[in-house]
This record gives sequence, structure tokens and C-alpha cells, in this order.
Amino acid sequence: MSFRTLLRHLREGAKSVIRNGWMSLASITSIIVSLFILGVFILLVMNVNALADKADSNVQVNTYLNLNVDEEMRETVRQEIESMPEVKSIKFVSKDDGLKELEETLGSEWLEGYSEGDRNPLPDAFEISVIEPTTVPFVADKISALNEKYPVEPILRVKYGEGTVETLFKITRTVRNIGFIFVAGLALMSMFLISNTIRVTILARRREIGIMKLVGATNSFIRWPFFVEGALLGFFGSIITVGLLFAGYQRLFAAAQADMTLAQSLIPLGDLWLLLGGIIIALGMAIGIWGSTMSIRKFLKV
Amino acid sequence: METVESIKANYVLGSDEVIEMQDVWKTYPNGAHALQGVSVKINRNEFVYVVGPSGAGKSTFMKLIYREEVPTKGQISVNGFNIGKLKQRKIPYVRRNIGVIFQDYRLLPKLTAYENVAFAMEAIEAPPKLIKKRVMEVLDLVGLKAKAHRQPSQLSGGEQQRIAIARAIVNNPAVIIADEPTGNLDPETSWGIMQLLDEINFRGTTIVMATHNKEIVNTMRKRVLAIERGQIVRDQQRGEYGYEF
Repeated sequence: MSFRTLLRHLREGAKSVIRNGWMSLASITSIIVSLFILGVFILLVMNVNALADKADSNVQVNTYLNLNVDEEMRETVRQEIESMPEVKSIKFVSKDDGLKELEETLGSEWLEGYSEGDRNPLPDAFEISVIEPTTVPFVADKISALNEKYPVEPILRVKYGEGTVETLFKITRTVRNIGFIFVAGLALMSMFLISNTIRVTILARRREIGIMKLVGATNSFIRWPFFVEGALLGFFGSIITVGLLFAGYQRLFAAAQADMTLAQSLIPLGDLWLLLGGIIIALGMAIGIWGSTMSIRKFLKV
Repeated sequence: METVESIKANYVLGSDEVIEMQDVWKTYPNGAHALQGVSVKINRNEFVYVVGPSGAGKSTFMKLIYREEVPTKGQISVNGFNIGKLKQRKIPYVRRNIGVIFQDYRLLPKLTAYENVAFAMEAIEAPPKLIKKRVMEVLDLVGLKAKAHRQPSQLSGGEQQRIAIARAIVNNPAVIIADEPTGNLDPETSWGIMQLLDEINFRGTTIVMATHNKEIVNTMRKRVLAIERGQIVRDQQRGEYGYEF
């Protein structure tokens, strides 16, 4: 196809977008709605994933030892845990260290007197990190089971952030699934709206198409302006969507930064915007072109 | 039946057929047999009238030539293309050999006369320089150069048909298919159109014209094909209309 022909197709396609005013607006709006929701879901998933990562790195298994465990026993337990393949590292926190930590968080005036002599009520403990966060519950069970191995139970209690990990994974999965269904449905709706808009163009130009075919225009020559029209509708819709998402997220991000408690909860996207924008625009244009293909196919037979 | 004149014409221009039908049948999905075993040859540079009662199969005959319809059975070749077996994507290239004119002109109302003619060249992606030159040339031939920038609504019926003719010949087709081109025009205007078609024929284009106009057929004598009940019942050089209506 020559450059001149391409220009002609672009011009014709753009003309119909303008000529079909309201229909075009409806198509663009439907694309905005579906892609905007898609964008929101993508951002949500990205943030939940980041949150899950952060939570994962915080996950550790705290194992408190019984008061009657002596140094030798303590060492045996340490080795047992360390030899578990899931375990990344283990750190011993003595009752004195524990008390110090507690003092730091709560303030020493609350704990006055406890640090003298044998009055420290805290048990010795191990802080255990695992390689794969999902194995935390399993490792915790394995450690608890050590009690059955020895005549004197060495372990007082095993504690981990029960629930948080599972919940986060569940949320991510659910968000993803719901998002997918929602977006697929909305994309289908936009496609139908676009194919309808283009059908209107085709009906209005049936005579023109008939003459083009009569004088020997090829199908692709006839089809191109409609492709352009669909792609333009998709492009306008997705560009606006990217703008809305960007502006909205930036404001939310700024607001979160201002509020100390939320400061860490939204991730800065930076260059990822280019990727996200690219995906949304490509998708919008694909929806538009698909919609136009649906409506011209049957008009071009014969 | 061959006349001295047609033999002479064939001798001068060569006798190769531009349209050939062999035992062509057309049955529509509703069961109507529009054509039943039609065989005919039309030579290069011939002018052929197709006459017959309404509904006898004239329109189907014409539509088969420009491949608006496909035969149920039989072979059709137009300018060397076997159009019965043609692949879908090759159809446009066959149509470029055929110019079609209708009773209702079928111009695009929003375009000027010039644009209507140029449109046919743009649609087959002709180079712009050529388009400008050629469009003015054919507008001159049909006598409407001065009204090139008027829209169809500003032109008379005869003038609109002249634009349609200009559009049909602009791509230099081998054949013109004219389906009752004077059907909507008064007698005087009709003669103008006929003279124009005769001129185009004289310049080397084959013309196949369906008509109900007795006066034209009987005055401007050409080959006549009469179709009745889907069959060619008469094929006459310098023939006459042969019906009372």
C-alpha cells in the first residue's frame, strides 16, 4: 500500500469517527470504563503483591523454650531446627535480650524491677526465618513436634504470624480472578459497542461500498478505513484511561505520603507507567480493531 | 444470422469473444429458474441490446457478467477471466475490466461530478496525477467539463447519467454493462445518452445494454438478444425490438 493510500484510509477513518459523533462517544466511553477498571485491578494487584512481599520478609517463626531447658538441650534443639531444609536462619534471643527489646518498645518504667536477678519472666527464644514463606505453618508444626522426641518437653510455644500470609495470598488471588472476569465482560461489551458504531458507518456508506466494489476496489482497500475507525476509537479511549489512572494514582499516592500510617502502603510506579500505559493502549486498539472486523466481515462477501 | 457489416467489423477488429457463456443456468434459492441453459458469445467492440419482458432473466444475465451473481451451472468468461470459478480475492481485478451503468445512476450525492468520477480511480489506487488528467478527459467526452464541480442534485437526470457513464469508462474497461440506462429519462435526453454510448462503442468498448425502449432499438440498429423465460429466444444482427410494449 502506498503512503498516499494509507493517508486516505486514515483520513476516511477519522472522518467517520467525527461523523458518528454520539456513537463514537459511546464506544470511547465504554472502552474507558472497561480499561479503567482493568487498570485499577492491575494497580491493586501490583500493590497487594508488593504488600505480600513485604509481609513475607517479616514472617518468621518464634520458638519459646521452656524455663527448665539447659544449655545442652538448647543447643540440641537449635541444631535440630537448623537442619530442617526449609529453614534459612536461626537466631537465639536470650530472656535478657527479650526483655531489652520489650523495654525498647514499651519504655523501661513499665518493666522496672523485672531485670533484677531471677525476676525476668520471659523465656529464651529462637527467631527462625524460612526460605519459602508459604512453608511457615509447616515448619512451625515440625518444631512443635520436637516436644515428642525428648523426655522433657523443650518447647513452650511456637508462634508465627498465623493467618496474615494466607490471607494476603488469598486476597491477591481473588483480586486477580474477579478482575479478570470483570475486565473480560467489559471488554466484550466495548467490542460490541464499537462493532455497532462501525456498523452504522457501514450502513451509511453502503452505497459508496457498493460502487467501490463495482469499479473493482479490493476488499482490503474497502476494509482499511473501518479498521482505522475502530483503532482510533480504541486509541482515544485508552489514552484517556491512562491519563485518568495516572492522575488518580498520583493523587492517591501523594495523599498516602502525607498520612504517616499509609506512607508505606502504596508503591511508586515510576517507569512501570510506560509498561502499564502501553498495555492499556494496545488492548484498547485491539478491542477497537476486533470490533470493526466483526461488523465488516459479512458486508464484504460477494 | 450474420450481416455483411458484422463480418467486416470482425475482420477489422479481430473476432475474439469478450464475453462467452456456455450452458449457463441460474436458480435462485427460492427455486426460481432465472436462466436456463444460456449460451452466447459477444465479440470485442460489439453493441448488444438485451430485450425481453420484465422478469424474463435480463437482469440476471447482466449481473452474471459483472459477477454480482454466480451461475448455478455453466461457464462464463469475461475478457479472458473464467468468472464462474474465480477466487473471491480476484473478483476486484475482473471488475476493473467492466463498467456498469444503472437506471438510477447510483452517484454519491455528497460528492461533486468530478469527485464521483475520480472516486472510481481512487478505489483502484490509480496515481493522483493520472486521476486528474483522466477524469477531466472523460468529463469532456460526456460533455460535462463545465459542470465538474456541481453535485448530482444540481444536475439534470441526463447529466447525472452522463456522470455515471464517465465513471463507468474512466478506468478503460473492455465492456460496459448498461442496465436500462435510459429508463428514467425523457426521449430527447435518452437520445443524447445513446449517442454517447454509440461514441464510446465506436472507440472500442463492448456495450451490453438491457432496455425496454422500442424506439431506440428499432432506430439505432444493433445486435439484439431476446430473453424469455430464462432462455435466449432470438439473436439477431441489426435486430428489432420485437415487442409491442
